[in-house]
Amino acid sequence: MANVIKLHKGLDITLEGKAEEKKIQLKSNGKFALVPDDFEGVTPKVVVKEGDHVKAGDALFVNKLYPEVKFASPVSGTVREVVRGERRKVLCVRVDADDTQAYVDFGKKDVSKLAGDQVINALLEAGIFGYINQLPYAVSTNPSVQPKAIFVSALRDKPLAADFEFEVKGQEQDFQTGLTALSKIAKTYLGVGVGSQLEGVKDVEVNVFDGKCPAGNVGVQVNHIDPVNKGEVVWTIGDPSVVLFIGRLFNTGKVDLRRTVALCGSEVKNPAYVDMLVGEELSTLLSNSYDAQKSVRIINGNVLTGCPTTKDGFLGAHTSEVTVIPEGNDADEMLGWILPRFKQFSVNRSYFSWLCGKKKYALDARVKGGERHMIMSGEYDKVLPMDIYGEYLIKAIIAGDIDRQEALGIYEVSPEDFALAEFVDSSKLELQRIVREGLNILRKENA
Amino acid sequence: MKALRNYLNKVKPNFEEGGKLHAFRSVFDGFETFLFVPNDTAKAGGVNIHDAIDSKRIMSMVVIALMPAMLFGMYNIGYQNYLAAGTLASASFFELFAFGFLAVLPKILVSYIVGLGIEFAWAQWKGEEIQEGYLVSGIIIPLIIPIGCPLWMLALACAFSVIFCKEIFGGTGMNIFNPAIAARMFLFFAYPSKMTGDTVWVAQNSIFGLGNDLPDGFTAATPLGQIAQNINPDASIMDMVLGFIPGSIGETSLIAIAIGAAILLWTGIASWRTMLSVFVGGAVLAFIFQNTGSSMVWWHHFVMGGFAFGAVFMATDPVTSCRTATGQYIYGFLIGAMAIIIRVLNAGYPEGMMLAIFFGNMFAPTIDHFVVERNISNRLKRGGRK
Repeated sequence: MANVIKLHKGLDITLEGKAEEKKIQLKSNGKFALVPDDFEGVTPKVVVKEGDHVKAGDALFVNKLYPEVKFASPVSGTVREVVRGERRKVLCVRVDADDTQAYVDFGKKDVSKLAGDQVINALLEAGIFGYINQLPYAVSTNPSVQPKAIFVSALRDKPLAADFEFEVKGQEQDFQTGLTALSKIAKTYLGVGVGSQLEGVKDVEVNVFDGKCPAGNVGVQVNHIDPVNKGEVVWTIGDPSVVLFIGRLFNTGKVDLRRTVALCGSEVKNPAYVDMLVGEELSTLLSNSYDAQKSVRIINGNVLTGCPTTKDGFLGAHTSEVTVIPEGNDADEMLGWILPRFKQFSVNRSYFSWLCGKKKYALDARVKGGERHMIMSGEYDKVLPMDIYGEYLIKAIIAGDIDRQEALGIYEVSPEDFALAEFVDSSKLELQRIVREGLNILRKENA
Repeated sequence: MKALRNYLNKVKPNFEEGGKLHAFRSVFDGFETFLFVPNDTAKAGGVNIHDAIDSKRIMSMVVIALMPAMLFGMYNIGYQNYLAAGTLASASFFELFAFGFLAVLPKILVSYIVGLGIEFAWAQWKGEEIQEGYLVSGIIIPLIIPIGCPLWMLALACAFSVIFCKEIFGGTGMNIFNPAIAARMFLFFAYPSKMTGDTVWVAQNSIFGLGNDLPDGFTAATPLGQIAQNINPDASIMDMVLGFIPGSIGETSLIAIAIGAAILLWTGIASWRTMLSVFVGGAVLAFIFQNTGSSMVWWHHFVMGGFAFGAVFMATDPVTSCRTATGQYIYGFLIGAMAIIIRVLNAGYPEGMMLAIFFGNMFAPTIDHFVVERNISNRLKRGGRK
């Protein structure tokens, strides 16, 4: 029996437009791009030129600080453009796919006979090592430090999140291989939800997390199993599809970045699942899927941590949902401070969500209030199931007090852990941005 | 609704940078956001959806929670005046309320005009949005002063508290002391003759033909004042629970305050930990004093004076009270205990709630500090480093 960890804090937001468990078939338009910003903390060095031909698995760019960390092309094709923004920052490397796909052959391997550094080298060579993140700093990791442990969360519980249990069906072998490979590097923990089919996997310690969102956050799971102390590093995989990537690499010898994505949100006509490659253009998926006349927000990811994108955006490296919700910039809602607002969701009981049980809401992207100083107390604590004083940590980050941030446990958090706090915050502070900036400064200071 | 929105859109450019009414930008902005929920949408890098709660809603809920106490206070002002003149039997409910309404309304208006005026000007000067905090302070201040306090003093106190207790710290959310407590402290120490004693608790003059002119030299003490002078209170305990006693405008009725408390606790805006532990702290100390023979029955403390009002509406101010859950228990207990200690042991101050909350505010950051330090030291121990 797996160990059950019960979490009492958190919040499940029920939204309209959850993907049905069926797959729609999609014909790719052949446009792909790999976005360096999807790999937090990576400064890219592009290693291809426009017009080069690459196979699936060839590196498009590498981490400038750790050049051995390569980032593989998801498809074989011709490099069309290296898109640069201000100060020549690399925005994405675009690849036009060939009609027939060619893969770099990294050779099938029996993971049970590999040692930890052989696994790491195989991942580095294949250009998928950078999909593994780390704590502290919640950034893409590097091979220079041996991790204390590896944490994988197979529980996606953010609003409208794609169900990994659905994705993994038929790929259990690849998932197991991926976990076995990770377990060669360091002790590996897998966090799953209640009633998961994955409880029986081998070579890793399985913990069942019973609680509301954000129980599926890998950072929350780390905090409850083996918290990160100063000077320690753990590797985290909050996006379980990465384990499938790793498993396929060893089982087939190919880099196959195919994942099952949920097309969801209240504006989507037929929410369902679709198989896509990392970096695939969203236009084919999105055409005719929502009312183009309306003002909508297309999100690369889920509503809490995803990033707004456009129809011509590309599927993010860690994106398991494409969500479409109303933008709401034309809502003109009157007297919000006193009306009952039955269509709005709130944890505060001056609204009526508490009466409505599992009612599904179609929330738009409005902030619904002005930014204020922190006024209410205890709001964050109710949705942050970690042994951390969130308000004090946020204040320490705003004040730039690094010693205090360390003391209050900044090494244990990632921005996504504060997503729900940001949602419920009546002062409308941008908590995820604050945490991200704090982590970035700290990383520079400690480098 | 659409027409109003269109009208606002039409006049908005006048208030923007370079417009001829730019000096009133913050005022326009304040009214616009009051009429319409802002259409601003979430920026990249954060959550894409937000909870519908905002600080306007929270402050409005607190104001609503204060309404029963305010309305009853108005009625009681009329009641006390007619009672003192001996004409209670011939007066209708409407007369009593109308007189009280006319007596209290100028105080509320002065408080809001002075306080919000400064807030608006400050927001304009700093180029910020108007903060809603004063909506609450502006109604609490008139409710915690005696009806006999002159308007000019009230205006001075409001200005003092907004400027020196709130804005210089950075506005709502940054202040150390509760602005309403600061205003009352200011009045109490600057003009004690109008804040305490026997002459300020009952309205003395008729207004527009309503009410009665009381004879010069009329006095009426609050029950707490009488006890401080070792006199048995005139009012029955029932009168005190219902609120038919002289006292600060909004503090007298336990029933009205309880309704407010229910609203605050139900909406989760006030911390139940703080509120509960103020009463626990008060009860423990009052019980000790009762058994050492130096004071009245322990629970009578709760129905007299400002104990209940302070516990429900002022000790629970989230900004100036403790922010940690553990801290809130300690903070509340400290306030309740201190209020009773001051009441019983210091005959010069029949009412201890004001000073207790003031000291509570002062100690809140320290209490929180120790709670947070415990978390920090646990983290260090876990890392194997002492």
